[in-house]
Amino acid sequence: MIDYASPVTRNLLSAIFGVLIIASVIGYLLARKAKTDSAKATVSNLNARTKSWWVMVLVLLGALALGHRGTTIIFAFISFFALREFLTATPTKRADYYALCFAFFIILPYQYWLVHTQWYGMFSIMIPVYAFALLPILSVIGGDSTDYLARTARTQWGLMVCVYCISHIPMLLTLPIPADSLRMGSAGLVLFLVCLIQGSDVLQYVWGKLCGKRPVARVLSPKKPLEGLLGGVLTASLLGAAMHRLTPFSPLQAFFVSLLLCFIAFFGGLVMSAIKRERGIKDWGTLIEGHGGMMDRIDSLCFSAPVYFHILRYYFT
Amino acid sequence: MLRPTAVFLTKLITGANAQWVNCPKDRDCLRIYFANHGSHLDFATLWAALPAFARDKTRPVAARDYWGKNAFTRTIAIGMFNSLLINRETITRKDNPIEQMAAAMREGNSLIIFPEGTRSMDGQMAEFKAGLYHLANKVPEAEVVPVYLENLNRILPKGHLLPIPLLSRVVFGEPMRLQEGERKTDFLLRCRHALESLASPT
Repeated sequence: MIDYASPVTRNLLSAIFGVLIIASVIGYLLARKAKTDSAKATVSNLNARTKSWWVMVLVLLGALALGHRGTTIIFAFISFFALREFLTATPTKRADYYALCFAFFIILPYQYWLVHTQWYGMFSIMIPVYAFALLPILSVIGGDSTDYLARTARTQWGLMVCVYCISHIPMLLTLPIPADSLRMGSAGLVLFLVCLIQGSDVLQYVWGKLCGKRPVARVLSPKKPLEGLLGGVLTASLLGAAMHRLTPFSPLQAFFVSLLLCFIAFFGGLVMSAIKRERGIKDWGTLIEGHGGMMDRIDSLCFSAPVYFHILRYYFT
Repeated sequence: MLRPTAVFLTKLITGANAQWVNCPKDRDCLRIYFANHGSHLDFATLWAALPAFARDKTRPVAARDYWGKNAFTRTIAIGMFNSLLINRETITRKDNPIEQMAAAMREGNSLIIFPEGTRSMDGQMAEFKAGLYHLANKVPEAEVVPVYLENLNRILPKGHLLPIPLLSRVVFGEPMRLQEGERKTDFLLRCRHALESLASPT
């Protein structure tokens, strides 16, 4: 899955660990310099984030090193934690008991089993068609019609966003892309997406802090300024162009695919903010110190992963 | 061996996140924890959320007619969770549950009780029974601590066996005491309000 002999692999790993080491050193120096309480709080939050980035990078690289099966298992757990947070935050009723049991114990494992067996046809319709029909049936057996549409929609949305969308990431490893166009092996496809989207998140944050004034969506997420969005998306797309050797894209293709994916990722994050705002919560969970829950980490990947998958599948296989 | 397993399993299943609101976590004193009741996981979750030193001397109070039924339920209740089984149906002068609870507290045990008496079906809190008042009256030196349990009635609703892996919260509120001359109904209402105020507004 990872071609360790390729110079592309060496360059990418040096870049990732270089950034992390530099961030850790800067965090360490800042922590020694911080005097006021608010500065200390900011720096300790920054360091908690850097630390969690180390863990996330090591987990992802470990999963990819284990090949298709290991990556599938790790992403199944990521989906599980995300679904757990999503359904905890959105209320369901007693009558939804069997629907929730099926969502966690049957549908989620089966979707990842389909990734494992690479049955693409079933993989692409199991949740949107069969789970869509089955869950409301299971809920209606409970015999409670209060909020019925909203309740079933919540379970369905949880599965679509946390399981269906995310399962496209390990499925990338099964794409029959000609091997000579993938300089790092198929793991490069996953690393391109994750580095691009997470890089875009960080760059949007940095640009927003540097020159952010006008909020994109004042009501939904007042802390996301237009300047941050544009600056972050453009620089992340340049980053994407620079990483084109991980994918079958030419530099120009990589730039435009990145541009599209970053915008979708931004709006994916905004959709998740709208849900959080409706529920009156700030973070989805407390799993990752300094970063909220699993959903807070992957919200921008949810919508961009299937689009990326289909661009590759349609044009490059 | 049973106890650490019980703590680990409970935390794994309920993903419990303990929050201490105006309640000192590490105070070593006699306490009566009272909580809303919606699931069999309630007492296990509350018990597992306590710091280890407090857990060792805290006993959940459970109904003997349910948990004392056979060797299996007794092993879970007593062996794993160190429960105090009380009689809730035929109360005689000899077999008085309040007296039994007070005796356990005089031996230095804190207790976990569910003043609604039974599990609620829909997450709504029922009327409190008088036991909480009588116990507080018998053991006036104990702190009475409200504990709000969130989502457990969704994780394992009454009547089902397989827990759904959602996340729960255990919110410890400010310790209370029975005031000099406070009437039973006033005290129970005050406790109920203290518990309700810990619920997050959803």
